[in-house]
Amino acid sequence: MQSTAHDFKDNVGAALANPNLQESLTMLKVGFSERRRLAAERLPEFEALRDRARDIKNHALANLDFYLEEFERKVIGLGGHVHWAPTAADARRIIAELCQSVGARTVAKSKSMVAEEIALNEHLEAIGIAPIETDLGEYIIQLRNEPPSHIIAPAVHLTKDQVADTFLEHHTPLGFTKRLTERNDLVAEARYVLRQKFLDADVGLTGANFLVAETGSSMLVTNEGNADLSNTLPKMHIVLATIEKVIPTLEDAAVLLRVLARSATGQESSAYTTLNTGPKRAGDLDGPSAYHVVILDNGRSNVLGTEMQEILRCIRCGACMNHCPVYGAVGGHAYGWVYPGPMGAVLTPQLIGVEEASNLPNASTFCGRCESVCPVRIPLPKLMRHWREREFERHLTPKAVRQGLALWGFLARRPKLYRRLTGIANRVLALFGRAEGRYGALPLAGGWTRFRDFPAPQPGGTFHSQWARHGGTRTRP
Amino acid sequence: MSISPSRSTHPRRVALFVTCLVDLFRPSVGFAAIKLLEDAGCSVEVPPLQVCCGQPAYNSGDRETTRAIATQIIDAFEGYEAVVAPSGSCGGMLSHHYPGLFDDDPAMKARAENLAGRSFELMSFLVDVLGVEKVAAHYDGTVTYHDSCSGLRELGVKVQPRRLLNSVEGLRFCEMKTPEVCCGFGGTFCVKYPEISNAMVGEKSADILNTGAQTLLAGDLGCLMNMAGKLQREGSPVQVRHVAEVLADMGNLAPIGAPDEGKR
Repeated sequence: MQSTAHDFKDNVGAALANPNLQESLTMLKVGFSERRRLAAERLPEFEALRDRARDIKNHALANLDFYLEEFERKVIGLGGHVHWAPTAADARRIIAELCQSVGARTVAKSKSMVAEEIALNEHLEAIGIAPIETDLGEYIIQLRNEPPSHIIAPAVHLTKDQVADTFLEHHTPLGFTKRLTERNDLVAEARYVLRQKFLDADVGLTGANFLVAETGSSMLVTNEGNADLSNTLPKMHIVLATIEKVIPTLEDAAVLLRVLARSATGQESSAYTTLNTGPKRAGDLDGPSAYHVVILDNGRSNVLGTEMQEILRCIRCGACMNHCPVYGAVGGHAYGWVYPGPMGAVLTPQLIGVEEASNLPNASTFCGRCESVCPVRIPLPKLMRHWREREFERHLTPKAVRQGLALWGFLARRPKLYRRLTGIANRVLALFGRAEGRYGALPLAGGWTRFRDFPAPQPGGTFHSQWARHGGTRTRP
Repeated sequence: MSISPSRSTHPRRVALFVTCLVDLFRPSVGFAAIKLLEDAGCSVEVPPLQVCCGQPAYNSGDRETTRAIATQIIDAFEGYEAVVAPSGSCGGMLSHHYPGLFDDDPAMKARAENLAGRSFELMSFLVDVLGVEKVAAHYDGTVTYHDSCSGLRELGVKVQPRRLLNSVEGLRFCEMKTPEVCCGFGGTFCVKYPEISNAMVGEKSADILNTGAQTLLAGDLGCLMNMAGKLQREGSPVQVRHVAEVLADMGNLAPIGAPDEGKR
């Protein structure tokens, strides 16, 4: 996917001026966070499970080589294949070759953010293979030629009316000429259109929520069952996953599942939880005859052992963005690449470069709501701050910010000079703001006063000047 | 005596960390804090060499400047039993973030940890440490309360201000729908990303107006100035004050961003 992260500020302007997006975001902000809160409250051990989930992922990351090799051994033992893809280009090439090896014309895809990360659809289309998105949200945005705006709800930026228009436009040639207005009717129409595509697909491609080392299983949760059709009907099943998805045991998976759905949608469990353990065996009624797992690195191993390692615990539940007031204001497209919200603000600079994505870790108030709901307790604000430190070290911080900071830092380290100057500033601002008590416009404060009045200081001087004047005793202003 | 401390046995030597915004814009918050602390039996001092906690540099990625400022604060507050700030954000900086700045300097790290262990946000210090249960103050009207992010999530400040407000005579309390959602201030964030900040504070002001409260209170001046500025730009008559002012019976002062009628 082509990044527009460097245009973050322009993207923000467009997002704030988009009434459909704003309407959709209003629903998202209340719905997801309320459901997650209720789900967490219903499970007394939820906080303890979050600790265990964090520990499981930390253990897996500390022994990543061991568990990945164990997973590979198990998959091979089951008759499947594992392909190691150091880069996005490697993953695209491997998947294209696998598809071509069976003469595939269409690929049924269940939702995969990693496929977005490597821009798989564009690549398949370029070599004449049609990728069919089978997750409802992904299907909608594929029709509209848009990227996903959320990692678990890719079309969350759209209103029902927009979906109705999109279906009418694209389904009319298939004989569906009535504009639908009910949610259930829209779902039923998509289901009908997609059913034949499942049956026709030569290859099914899915992501994975977890790769289980002890059994060689890839585990996937969905609410639509589309992944199950994608991986059982076609003759070849390709799993695309990244290195940090591996965990030691099924028992670990059970712990992670318990926090995943609750954090994501407030469900106790997703509607479908599927374990794919190798290709179809003799005696199996259905399943793919060929089973391939493509494991992508794409820069993640560089994060191991660094101060950013904790981001690799992420299990992609989306809770951080569901609770993020910045995401809630601008939606996912503003972030400009595959992963939006707080986890994206940490991961995107790692994957596409901090020069390109420099705004993302800066566009946060550090309110900490993301960290407070993260099921694996990733300290997201701290990691965003680390990016800001790297930007500062590499002189990527905007010049005006650096200069302002340097001046302020110079003064803050000289308390007596600071007192004199703030004393003057206080009196000037208090004097000219006396009549109104505030300023509607103020030189050098346009960022503030464009949208807000700026309060004038109370009359009487700074706190420290008043305190000194009264000999260091309490006074009443 | 306007406060009834239950646990405090003798005056504690407490240093007030005024914070740079209170110093420059709203000294009455500092004086209100001193009144509340003295009434609870503390003796309060204001170390003269304090300036800012360093958050502007820290959150802009300038670690060297942050360390220099933190060192200065650590020096300034050496020797006090407790350091109290009328701000969750600045209090949290001292108690949660300073030690991590000195990972490569064991001597400074020990001093930072020592300061962290005796640094408090004002509401939390009054209620959780001193055991204050009520104040003798009067305030006419309905108030609502915004939970500032650092105080809430880093320091657990939630029930303390509400408990004390509950004892203010004449005061009626009314919750917002989402008092825990950020107001969009975020320090330099509000001027680096003014459009996003405006969208956030716009939602906050709508939530405030929906309560029907005539007064908005919070424990952090940055958030208060942001919300006051937005409410006033929208022409709202809601009065905005720091919670310490109301608790210290200083609710008759001109609210934030309003002219001081008495001194005009």
